[in-house]
Amino acid sequence: MKNKIGREIPEEIIEKYEVYQGSFDKEILGRKASPKISRVKPGESKLIESLEDAIVKSGLKDGMTISFHHHFRSGDYIVNKVMDLIAEMGIKDLTLAPSSLTSVHAPLIKHIKNGVITKITSSGLRGELAEEISNGLMEEPVIIRSHGGRARAIEAGDIQIDVAFLGASSSDEYGNASGASGKAICGPLGYAQIDAEYADNVVIITDNIVEYPNMPASILQTNVDYVVKVDEIGNPSGIASGATRFTKNPKELLIADYASKTIVGSKYFKEGFSFQTGTGGSSLAVTRFLRNEMIKQNINASFALGGITKPMVEMLEEGLINTIFDVQSFDLVAANSVSKNERHQEISSTFYANPHNKGAAVNKLDIVILSALEVDTDFNVNVITGSDGVIRGASGGHCDTAAGSKLTMIVAPLVRGRIPTIVDSVNTVITPGETIDVVVTEIGIAINPRREDLIEEFKNLDVPVYTIEELKDKAIEVVGKPERIQYEDKVVALVEYRDGTIIDVIRKVK
Amino acid sequence: MKIVKRALAGTMESSDIQIVVEAGEGIEIELKSSVEKQFGNQIRKVIRETLEKLGVEDVKVIAIDKGALDCTVQARVAAAAYRGAEIKENYNWEVIK
Repeated sequence: MKNKIGREIPEEIIEKYEVYQGSFDKEILGRKASPKISRVKPGESKLIESLEDAIVKSGLKDGMTISFHHHFRSGDYIVNKVMDLIAEMGIKDLTLAPSSLTSVHAPLIKHIKNGVITKITSSGLRGELAEEISNGLMEEPVIIRSHGGRARAIEAGDIQIDVAFLGASSSDEYGNASGASGKAICGPLGYAQIDAEYADNVVIITDNIVEYPNMPASILQTNVDYVVKVDEIGNPSGIASGATRFTKNPKELLIADYASKTIVGSKYFKEGFSFQTGTGGSSLAVTRFLRNEMIKQNINASFALGGITKPMVEMLEEGLINTIFDVQSFDLVAANSVSKNERHQEISSTFYANPHNKGAAVNKLDIVILSALEVDTDFNVNVITGSDGVIRGASGGHCDTAAGSKLTMIVAPLVRGRIPTIVDSVNTVITPGETIDVVVTEIGIAINPRREDLIEEFKNLDVPVYTIEELKDKAIEVVGKPERIQYEDKVVALVEYRDGTIIDVIRKVK
Repeated sequence: MKIVKRALAGTMESSDIQIVVEAGEGIEIELKSSVEKQFGNQIRKVIRETLEKLGVEDVKVIAIDKGALDCTVQARVAAAAYRGAEIKENYNWEVIK
C-alpha cells in the first residue's frame, strides 16, 4: 500500500503500525506512560563500585530495553563499554533505544550478530554499523525516530525503557548530574532528561564525582537509582569541536547569500523573530549574514533554538538574540555559555520538539534553515540515506522543526560531485514536502507551490527563482540522469514520522 | 589508433577520473567508481564511445572514478589514449562534447 505521500509500505508493516496521513492529521488518545515507583531511603547510598555491579543491581534481564544519550557524539565511550559488559554477562535479546548512534558505535555489530541486541530505535546510524544494517544485518527493522518523535514515543509508552545508562561529565553521589563541568563537557543533556524521567532504572555514569549538591543539574537525584564512577566517559575532542570555522567555499557562501536574502525579504524577518540554523557550512554562514542584517536594520531575535554553536552565543552576548533554547551544544563555547549566560536555557527534547505535548518550542519558530542529502520535486527531504541507498545520517530534529516553523528553508548544493541533490523521488523521506517552504541552491531558489503567499512575496527578490522541476532539470543537465538504486524486498529500517506513523521504509540494498 | 604502451591521464581527486590504458584485445574496461550504482553504466558507455571515436580498437582500460562528469571522462580517456599511442600532434578535439 502507498501512504499519503506515495511511499510503498509493505502489508506486514501496515498490520502493525499506522501509516503517515499528514503532518498533523493523526488523532491522539490515551495517557502518558509512567515509570515504576521506587524509593531510596535516608542513609542509603547510590554509589556503586563498578559498572558490572550497576548492571546487576539494575535488574537487567533478557528482552529488556536500554537507553543511552548521544551528547558525547563521536567521543562517546559509554555505549560500547556498557554493551561489552552486558554481552560478557550473557544477557540477550535487548532493545537498544539511544537518542542516536554515531560512527564510533561500529563495535555494536558483534553484539547484534551474537543476539545481545535484537532491536534498535535511534535517530540516526552512521559508519560501518549503518552499512551493515543497510545490508541486512538485523532481523527486525530499526525504527528511525526524530528527536521530537523519540520524546513522544517515550511519553506515549511506545518506548518503555527498563534501564537508562546516562553519561554525565559531573555528578554528585546522589545523582544530580550535569554536562557543564568536568573533563568530558558536552553542555546541556536535553536528550537524556526524558530517559531519566521515564526509565524504570536510571544509572548515571561519570568520571567526575563532585560534592553534594551538584547544582544546577540537568538530571535530578529524584530520578536516579545508581551512580557509577569510571575512568573515562568520553574523548573530549570527539564531543565538542573547539571553535566553529566559517566556510570559505564559494558555493556554500553563495547558497548562504541567497538564503539570507530570502529570509530578509520575507515577512518573518522583523523585530522579535525566532530562528534555528544547523551546523553545516552554508547554515553557519547564513547565521553570520543574518547577524549583519539584524545590526543594519536594528532587529533583534526573541529566541534561537536547537543544537547551538558559537555564533549563536556571540549574538546572545551582543544582545541580538534575547534567549537561546539549547537541547544540545555543538561546541565548547556553546557548552560553557549555559552556565555563564542566564538567558542561555537548557531544554529537554520534549520541550524542543515533541508533537504530542502542550506546545513544543518548534511551534514558536518563525524560520528554520535545514540541510538535505536529497530533495524531490514534491519537496520531500531525505537526510538519512545516501544516493547509493545506504543509511548514513540521522533524522534529528529535521521533520520536527520543519513542521513547526512558519518558514522552513532547505539549503543544499544543486549537485555534490556527480550526485544530484534535487531529484524526481528521494531514496527515503524523513520530512514530508508539505512542511517544506523554500529550497535554496547556488543557482537560485524554488518555492513550494503550496505557499502562494511566498511566491507573491518573493516576486521582487534579488535572487533567481525557479520551479523545483527546473532546479531538478538543471542538476540533470550537469551530471546526467542517475540510475535508480536497486533494493531487495527486505525492510531494514522503518522511518517513523514525529507523530508515530510510518512515513517510509528503508530496504536492503542490492 | 593503436595503443603501443601503458599510459595514464587524470587523478584520483574528487570529481576526476584516472584512466590507465594498455595494449589489449578488443575494448576491455575495468571500472571502480564512487558512483557505480548511479552512473557506472554511463561511465563505461562514455569511455567506450570515446575510444571508438578515436578509432582505438584494442585496449585495456583501468579506470578509477571519483564522480567525474562525462566531459571529464572524455578528456581523460582521450589524453590517455593519445599518450598510449605516442601521438603528440593533430589531436581530434571533437571527441569531447
